[in-house]
Amino acid sequence: MIYKNGRYFFLSLIILSASFADAKEEENELTLQEEITEYIYHHVQDSHDFSLFSTKDKETGEKKYYGFPLPVILVDEGVKIFMSSNLDHGKKVVNASGKYYKLYHGKIYETDSKGYISYDDKGNVTNQMPLDMSITKSVFSMLLISLLMFWLFTSLAKSYKENNQIASGIGRFFEPIVILIRDEIAIPSIGENNYKKYMSFLLTLFFFIWFLNLLGLSPLGVNATGNIAVTFGLALVTFLITNFTANKTYWKHIFWMPGVPVWLKPLLAPIELLGVFIKPFSLMIRLYANILAGHIVLYSLIGLIFIFKNLVGSSLSLVLVFFISIIEVLVALLQAYIFTLLSALYFGFAVQEDDH
Amino acid sequence: MEKLISEFSSGLFFWQTIIFVTLIFLLRKYAWKPILDTVNEREKSIRDSLNSAKEAKKEMENLQAENKKILQEARAESDAMIIQAKQSGKDIVDKAKSDARLEAENILLQARTSIENEKRSAMNEIKNQVADLSIDIASKVLENELDHDKNHQEYISKILKEKKFD
Repeated sequence: MIYKNGRYFFLSLIILSASFADAKEEENELTLQEEITEYIYHHVQDSHDFSLFSTKDKETGEKKYYGFPLPVILVDEGVKIFMSSNLDHGKKVVNASGKYYKLYHGKIYETDSKGYISYDDKGNVTNQMPLDMSITKSVFSMLLISLLMFWLFTSLAKSYKENNQIASGIGRFFEPIVILIRDEIAIPSIGENNYKKYMSFLLTLFFFIWFLNLLGLSPLGVNATGNIAVTFGLALVTFLITNFTANKTYWKHIFWMPGVPVWLKPLLAPIELLGVFIKPFSLMIRLYANILAGHIVLYSLIGLIFIFKNLVGSSLSLVLVFFISIIEVLVALLQAYIFTLLSALYFGFAVQEDDH
Repeated sequence: MEKLISEFSSGLFFWQTIIFVTLIFLLRKYAWKPILDTVNEREKSIRDSLNSAKEAKKEMENLQAENKKILQEARAESDAMIIQAKQSGKDIVDKAKSDARLEAENILLQARTSIENEKRSAMNEIKNQVADLSIDIASKVLENELDHDKNHQEYISKILKEKKFD
């Protein structure tokens, strides 16, 4: 797995260097630093089409994108569906059943037929935004990972039947991890009696985050787990499961903490209640910030290679990139583990028996 | 924070939640449940096998100990039997010896008594015969003396001849 990612990483380096090399020629529009900053910003953002890399025409300065379009779904007085290739990376205005839409800095705005974007005095866009339900790059990657996981783990489940309770095939690699999550995360955190009902969630959560993190390190340039909407969704599920499966003891500990003086109890209640929300919030921010920061650091270091433009500096950056990317592979696993472990701990609190 | 909220993509959140929750339910049914069931079952069977192996070992040890005990008991019993047999053989021999001695003594005693009796009756008979014989001899002598007077005269004449009266 790690080896593979390393290979992907070098591929991505080559692809990126191709686009940077092209960009270097066009210094009349943007400085290299600005371009790198913009590039990084674009990378960590979600996008409406799946572009693998881009080149810039030397003469016209036009960017050419290579990849494939994804469906755009807009909810704006009815559902409007069209392919993202119609938007042509913001160069074209799309007419969808009487309304005009334009892609501007990664967002779809409602415009007139000319694609006019208006600003307020602070420079913010004032155009109306339709509810964007598009299958974006991140959604597409999540679907991909879901299919992969479904195939992987159903094949593992099937291999047991065919092979007398012994795993075979690629799923066998993941069997120890499944057991590790059960023995090292679920049972110690939640307890022998209650862990079973949380196993499906914990296992799905772990592999979903891990695989998405690893996909994020691939040259495909996906940044799903570094997007706050995704981590919010994950944390929300943890939050809902925690509070819907919580028993009396849990609520008693929040609203009327046992074992402390009576005058302290009403003071503790709001703090504890806040904790209920802070716990999943911390989950959300932790994963988001770690993955986003990792991506930004990695891409900045790759950018440094082109800023130095000399043998010593660039090769030093390359070495740095290499080590940071190895660390990122570790972080990918670590963050998945931490998210899962903390979720399990919160479930553990929720179903803890009163043993005071 | 403001930027975070303005950048928040509700579409992405919507799809992510739907995909993730659907994935949880699908995997629960088709993957996690069979996988965990199999793993648990397998672990249980391993544990059971180990336990039964341990039990079998224990049972075998018990059996061996029992065998050893039985062997020891048998040996002890046979030893005891041999000792007893030796003892009883010796007893029998001793008894036979003493019986024989007793018998011999009896026989000897009896023989002695009968010899004594025989002797006594023989003596008596001899005495009787001697008496008879003496009487018989005496009478014969007397008879002879009376019958043979000439001898007696001769004897007297001889004595007279020798006795010359000179």
